[in-house]
Amino acid sequence: MAARRLLFRGAVLGAYALILAPVLSVIVISVFRQEIVSFPPEGLTLRWYANAFEKREFARGFVESLKVALLATAIGVPVGTAAAYGIIRGRLPGRGVLNTLLLGPLAIPGVVTGTALYLFYVRAEFWVDDDIKGTLAGLVAAHVLLTIPWTVRLVSATLTGLDRSIEEAASNLGAPPFTVFRRVTLPMLRPGVVAASLFSFIQSFENLELTLLLVGPGRTTLPVAMLNYLEFRVDPTLAAVATIQILLVTALMLTTDRFVKLSRVV
Amino acid sequence: MASLQLDGLSKRYGTTTAVERVDLAVAQGELIALLGPSGCGKTTTLRMVAGFVAPSAGRVLIGGKDVTRLPPHARDTGMVFQSYALFPHMTVAENTAFGLEMRKVGRAERETRVAEALRLVRLSHLAERLPRQLSGGQQQRVALARALVINPAVFLLDEPLSNLDAKLRAEVRLEIRMLQRRLGLTTLFVTHDQEEALTMADRLVVMDHGRVRQIGSAEALYEAPADAFVAGFIGRCNLVPGAPEGEGQFRAERGSLLPCDTANAPRGPAILALRPERIALSRGTGAGVAGRAVAVTYLGAQCEWRVDLGGTVLVVTGAAPPPGSPLHGLAPGEPVTLNWPASAARLLPAETLDDDAQP
Repeated sequence: MAARRLLFRGAVLGAYALILAPVLSVIVISVFRQEIVSFPPEGLTLRWYANAFEKREFARGFVESLKVALLATAIGVPVGTAAAYGIIRGRLPGRGVLNTLLLGPLAIPGVVTGTALYLFYVRAEFWVDDDIKGTLAGLVAAHVLLTIPWTVRLVSATLTGLDRSIEEAASNLGAPPFTVFRRVTLPMLRPGVVAASLFSFIQSFENLELTLLLVGPGRTTLPVAMLNYLEFRVDPTLAAVATIQILLVTALMLTTDRFVKLSRVV
Repeated sequence: MASLQLDGLSKRYGTTTAVERVDLAVAQGELIALLGPSGCGKTTTLRMVAGFVAPSAGRVLIGGKDVTRLPPHARDTGMVFQSYALFPHMTVAENTAFGLEMRKVGRAERETRVAEALRLVRLSHLAERLPRQLSGGQQQRVALARALVINPAVFLLDEPLSNLDAKLRAEVRLEIRMLQRRLGLTTLFVTHDQEEALTMADRLVVMDHGRVRQIGSAEALYEAPADAFVAGFIGRCNLVPGAPEGEGQFRAERGSLLPCDTANAPRGPAILALRPERIALSRGTGAGVAGRAVAVTYLGAQCEWRVDLGGTVLVVTGAAPPPGSPLHGLAPGEPVTLNWPASAARLLPAETLDDDAQP
């Protein structure tokens, strides 16, 4: 019995190590002095962080990523929440199909979606007689696709767990349907919506594959900027940029967790 | 004019019938209990009155006005849910104020009425708490206050006591009844607990398989049940299938000849209903129905005997015999004699007996 428990603990620990090792090694490498990564380090330095802040493309990429992620989240979460409400509470036929369809972007590789969108944008540019690829609108529209599956999943999970009679009580007390939604359903959905916003933001902020074909000159997101840099140089600057990202996301999750217990929703 | 009226109210789901032509008129200030086993249609009936379930046929009238086609929020009902259904993100006071807010009652009047409602359910000191910070009994009282404060035309209670422990249940039962009387609320109360229904209701509606079996006061249902289902569901009852034989006699299927009331008895097969406490038991043989004790169960103040009359077993209950009295120490296997007034044994129409209607 004791041996089996030990084995189990070892397996859990091993799994954690496997997940965290790349993240930790990025952080460690970001302070190595030598340009070409090798062990043991020749010394420690913060010079790569200074370099990361000096490179304009990273700063611009960061601002661009932030803009796209915030806009995509602001559009995708309300739309996804409405979809989840319709699927769970509504009585429209084909709800199951709709649900699967909305989770689609999760199942299709980002590069495929990106290529499809690229081709679609080229075609659509003829119709509207204006640029779509390489514009903020085009990028945000693509990233909304990333936020919807997460939102639909998380919000429907929360919605399914709600006691229906609470909403019935509100309508029994005289609240018309939309008031019930605004005053009772939505506040009860808050944990799901907050978690959906967080994950949508992260999904959009870190996305590379889908974004790759849709960015244009002067409009590059941070992951794409990092990939571009990698084409010419391999030094720990990228590790420094990645470390800053990891710290930001961790801070975001910890702050969110203070208000909504994420472990209860996800 | 009835305060609440149901006209041939029915609900069918596909080919199954949940509620079949329920007719009921509830007077102003009357408390009616809908009583029956689970799945009998009592909750569906209540939900049709509240507007959560659309009837397949029939009408619901509140204060003489047809509300059958109105959505729940446009009907003037106040409902207490089995799960209480409090708004988890609102305080006790906000929960209670919700219905008044929806009715566009001004802030000042709202605050007065909320305070009054919370005082009524003795929760004034907890007004600023959230539901999750309250005990089950307290949440229950918030649910009551929230439904009472709007002074609804019809007060609806869906098994409101089923989540409380036994001691609290008896207390809240009394409390609800007193509030309902004081405020003169027309009330529909759903329960599967006959004791709850008997102690609280002015009249009871006994339902089974979507149909109303009988409507009447507790005493009427107990003393004059319309059928074997009601007889078995309200209190305990010996139900013996057989047929009347001549004047004042009943031949049980298993052979015994039992005295009964044959005035307005059905012809042909029937069921004899006899309350266990109406049977007098004496030791040995004598004038009356002869039998043999098969089981004696001592229950403290009460005692229960099972007596075999040659195939037909009757349950007899009575005060536990004190030491020295003739029945004291009666053992299984001894011969006994049963007597009952013929009027205590009623003949009911024969029908298939449900398992849950047996004593």
